[in-house]
Order: sequence, then structure tokens, then C-alpha cells
Amino acid sequence: MQTVKMVVTGPFNAGKTEFIRSVSEIDVVSTERRISSQAERIKDTTTVAMDFGRITVDNDLVLYLFGTPGQRRFDFMWEILSEGMLGFIVMVDSTRPETFKEGRSILETFRAYAPTPYVVAANKQDIPEAWELDDMRVALRLDKKVKLLPCVATDKESVKTVLLELLYSILAEMDAAEGR
Amino acid sequence: MALKGNLRDFTVTQLLNLISVAQKTGTLIVEGPSERVIVCFREGKLAFAQVGNESQSLAAVLHRANKLSKAQYQAIVERAGRISDKELGLLLINARYVTQQDIISSLQAHFLAIVNRLFTWVEGLFRFENDILPPDDKITVRVSLENVIIEGARKLREWEQLQDEIPSLDMALKFTDRPGTNIRNLNLSVEEWRVVSFINPKNTIRQIAAATKMNDLEIRRVVYGLLQAGLVELVRPVGTKPLVPPGQVAGLPQTSREEQKSLINRIISRIRSI
Repeated sequence: MQTVKMVVTGPFNAGKTEFIRSVSEIDVVSTERRISSQAERIKDTTTVAMDFGRITVDNDLVLYLFGTPGQRRFDFMWEILSEGMLGFIVMVDSTRPETFKEGRSILETFRAYAPTPYVVAANKQDIPEAWELDDMRVALRLDKKVKLLPCVATDKESVKTVLLELLYSILAEMDAAEGR
Repeated sequence: MALKGNLRDFTVTQLLNLISVAQKTGTLIVEGPSERVIVCFREGKLAFAQVGNESQSLAAVLHRANKLSKAQYQAIVERAGRISDKELGLLLINARYVTQQDIISSLQAHFLAIVNRLFTWVEGLFRFENDILPPDDKITVRVSLENVIIEGARKLREWEQLQDEIPSLDMALKFTDRPGTNIRNLNLSVEEWRVVSFINPKNTIRQIAAATKMNDLEIRRVVYGLLQAGLVELVRPVGTKPLVPPGQVAGLPQTSREEQKSLINRIISRIRSI
């Protein structure tokens, strides 16, 4: 049995757990704890070690989805989770511009870990307060070559599109490497 | 109970505040990831500081502060032998090479630079020894810690912000492709020009810092400015040892390229069918 993994990362409350939950065939194995800090009390619980989802491709192949903890104090898990990843998705909450800087920082951290393809998912695009993608691209300082995709983490089709775009990027990267 | 612990749990700001409020006399020894810093206090005030086991000589401090020329410094190093800092200070004042104020302000700046370095440490074992005082032959100063703490806290905030912006110094920089931007027309500082001259996807930020003799905070500050101005972007350094063998893709079983592509296409088909 072959296994491959993708990592879903991003700031606190960006929607990483929901993203994995939308496509995982198993109940997401989540290491959530109640939030103690008042400042971060946007939601009741948060991921402290990782989320873990699974998609069985066929009899020989399984894709694992790992979600990283969003709070900085658990960032020691990031490098561990990034080891051997096929690619990664950086999730950013489109309605919370105050987290964009953190999202950019996480993106740069993961880029430094491994030279794997990645995409950025602008989550919560179904909410009226969501920033437009063009504005987010500028705020996140993303090069025009980087895929910034609209996303609604609770919507399976939207999540599938993000995963597929990452896989297309991986194929493109392989083609480019062949040409070098 | 002895005052000892880890900076991870008790920050430098908290430590200095405690020493200041309790008007402590003694020596704080901090073992960082790559160096050791010793800071002495007298009645809650900064008296002396050194990095490593040997303190820098007064002549070196004055030379660095541009109070002594290179020739004067070399002459002192060659002729002064094992003369103590206190004796050397008196000789230099009597010979009218420097004033007493020059010596005090240069030493204060030198000691404060060492203390400020500590503010960028997030980890390190520390202990406070009541019985250890500055070496007898060294000139001490008397600097109140309040301003040091305020300035340090400011630096800490800046450091945290810069670390968020540029998490890894192992990345390289490349100029952005922005038509119409001519770097020659920009008003860059000397430090920025020095960094710009090394910008190349082959050089990591860490290597640029070493080449330009900047510390982590200084290089991050310059790179942050260049990033904000949209002049450069962070890239993975060219020519670094690949994490996977040539022709292979990270995260995939090490098989032929065709098999790897087939594997990705199987995942694509599966996800489409969910």
C-alpha cells in the first residue's frame, strides 16, 4: 500500500479542520482542545497537534490530509507534519484581514521547509465581508504565478477544486522538471 | 531560591525588571544557542557586560566607537602588553587621546549593545549569581535599566514582527520583475545598498548577513524594507542540495517519472469522483 500526504496549513480559525472534514472518508481525527486564551476566543476549540483525514484512492494508494495547528505556540508541529509532503495548501480567512500577515508568514515558513508545490485557498468566500481575490493577492504579496483560489471549506465541491488545483500544479511541476 | 530558568519561560524584559526593582547586585549569566553572555549589575543598575568568556579590551571598544584611530589602536595592542583597562584609561586621558566622557559613553554603548542582543533570544538558560562581580581591572558604568527595558521591549516587538515577515534566513532573494522600476533611482541607505549588491537567488539571506556583517535583526530589517517596497521577493536558493534525488518529486514514492505521473492522475480521478 502506497501513501502520500498533503498538508493544510494557515492561521488560527482559517478553516483547516473544516476543509479536511469536507472530503475525508473517515471522521477527521482531530486533536482539538478548548481555547483558554480570551484573545483567541473566536471559537470554542482549536487544533493543538494536527488534524488527520484520509482519502482512499484505490487498493494500492491512500492520500492523507494533515491539518496543522494554527496557533503559533504549536508551530513545532509544522516541520514534523511537512516532512515528505506532496504539496501544501495555505488557508486564509478572507473575512479577517488581520490574519493575512500571519498567513503570509506561514506560507514563507512552509516554502522554506520543502520545495513542493502549493496553492493558497481564500476561505469563507461565501460571506459578504470576504475580501476580493485581487485585493487578497496584493495583501498577501503573492506572485501572479501563485494560485489563489476561492474556497468555502464546508462545501465539498469547493474543497475538491482546491485539491485538484494543487494536483495540477504538481503535474505541471513534474513536466517542468522533465523539460529542464 | 536561586534566580535561574529559561528565557522561554521568563523573558529578558521580565528579568531586567526584576533586577532593577529588587536593586540586585551580582551577575546574570545567559547561555544562548550559540554564545554566552555575562551581565553584571550593581544595586539594580547595569555595570558591565561581555560576550563569551573574555571581555573586549577598552582599546578595542574605543576603536570601534571611533575614539581611537586604527594606528593608535594597533600601537596600544603592540606596546601596552597586559596593562589593565583602568590603567590604560588613565594613560589615554592623561595623554589627551580621549576624555573620561569618551570612555564612559563608549563602554555604555558597548555594554548596552550586548544587553540588547539578549532581547532577540527566545531561548537560553539563565542564572543570577549574587557573589560574582565584574573583574577588578575592568571599568564599570552605572546605567539605569528603565530605558533599557523600554527600548528592549520595543526591539522585541520589532523582532517578533520581522520574524513573522521573514521566518527563515535560509531563503534567497531575487529582484521582482517590475517594469519601469530602476533601482538606481531609489534612495537606499548604505546598508541597503550593501545588501542589494549581494542579492542573487544563489545567496541565502543568512549568507548575505555574514558577508555584510549584519546580525539577524539588522538583515531582517533591511530585507523587510526591500520586500515592502516590492523590490525583491523571497525564493528558494538556487543550487541548494535537493531534498529528493534528481528526477524525483518530493513526497512521492521513488519510482519512474511515468509511474509518479500515473499516481498523481489516479489521485485526481479519485478526488473528481468524491
